[in-house]
Amino acid sequence: MNALFEYLLRLGDDSLILGHRLSEWCGHGPILEEDIAMTNLSLDLIGQATSFLKYAGEVEGKSRNEDDLAFLRFEREYKNLLLVERPNQNFGATMMRQFLFDAYRKLFFERLVHSTDSQLSAIAAKSLKETKYHLKHSSEWVIRLGDGTEESHEKMQSALDDLWKYSAELFYQDDVDEDLIENGIIPAVDAIKGEWDVLVRNVLEQATLIIPSNNWEQVGGRKGIHSEHLGYILAELQYMQRAYPGMKW
Amino acid sequence: MVTENEIWDYMEEVYDPEVPVLTIVDLGIVRSITYQGECCKITITPTYSGCPAMKRIEEDIIQKLDEKGIGNVEVDLVLSPAWTTDWLSDSGRKKLKKYGIAPPENEVDKSVLFSEPTIVPCPKCDSKDTKLVSQFGSTACKAHYQCNHCLEPFDYFKCLK
Repeated sequence: MNALFEYLLRLGDDSLILGHRLSEWCGHGPILEEDIAMTNLSLDLIGQATSFLKYAGEVEGKSRNEDDLAFLRFEREYKNLLLVERPNQNFGATMMRQFLFDAYRKLFFERLVHSTDSQLSAIAAKSLKETKYHLKHSSEWVIRLGDGTEESHEKMQSALDDLWKYSAELFYQDDVDEDLIENGIIPAVDAIKGEWDVLVRNVLEQATLIIPSNNWEQVGGRKGIHSEHLGYILAELQYMQRAYPGMKW
Repeated sequence: MVTENEIWDYMEEVYDPEVPVLTIVDLGIVRSITYQGECCKITITPTYSGCPAMKRIEEDIIQKLDEKGIGNVEVDLVLSPAWTTDWLSDSGRKKLKKYGIAPPENEVDKSVLFSEPTIVPCPKCDSKDTKLVSQFGSTACKAHYQCNHCLEPFDYFKCLK
């Protein structure tokens, strides 16, 4: 197994699947500005996915490009977090999912900038600038809606209750990570976990939301074991390639 | 024999498809040009990771140089160093304002939570009494503002550092 290839799929697939989820809001946003905001976020994420998957293809050396990797794999070959494939539900739940992810991504990219792998470092530097804007956006909405009306508070609390168990996977570590961490290619997750806890708890507190006491951790995506939702996402994402194999435009 | 300086001049004739008053040189996305042995290599960098204009810009560069009689052109996309609004030329800033887009102020919103948004003067009436409508505008590189003085809604070219 090529650890760097495997790890790049994890990074690329997180961006690709969350980018696709956000694109589902196009034309359905609660207000025009947010419709545009979510598609902007989606565009950044799909751009990042392109960079990661392109590099993954080069590392693999089997002449697969970013499009082959995005469109021509089966469910079990996608390595994204379960969190990012959770359905959009309402706008508040989408912002909660985004916030938990953005907080992690910002801290992660801040460290990945120092990677000994120059290509990863370059992608991280580029993506970090975008992710700072994303986090600002999602954390403000979590606070506004959490500390908002009775109804918005209730929806945000229910989103947090639903999503919290998937947040543990942000810090999932296995033998894929170990070598890469040792060689300074990717950052160790422990330090990120500490900072993430502080950042997330601070925002949730301002949002008057309570972290669920149930500490069940739902993982699987990193090993390619997904929820039923990914199949539906891929059915849409891969529609053209399934209907017209090899088509280009 | 074409010189690299001449090719830089030709690049001043290639416009950004999203903000058509700016050339790709104004935007600072042309990072280097080399011309050796009849082969021209041009390195460009995206403003944002998902900027959908990059493919179009690459094609426009190749077409422009073809018009100038340079057929052997290679356009490379690099991510590092990452693009920053500091690379936007002074003339580019002036052109933006004239076009109705507020040029980037030299500060990024640093604080994450509810910080006061950057003060962006209205490109129409120069009033500093403006408000941020949305951090995300019609393209990835722009935010959406409105002037409280003349009421004109306008785009702000976001500062990215």
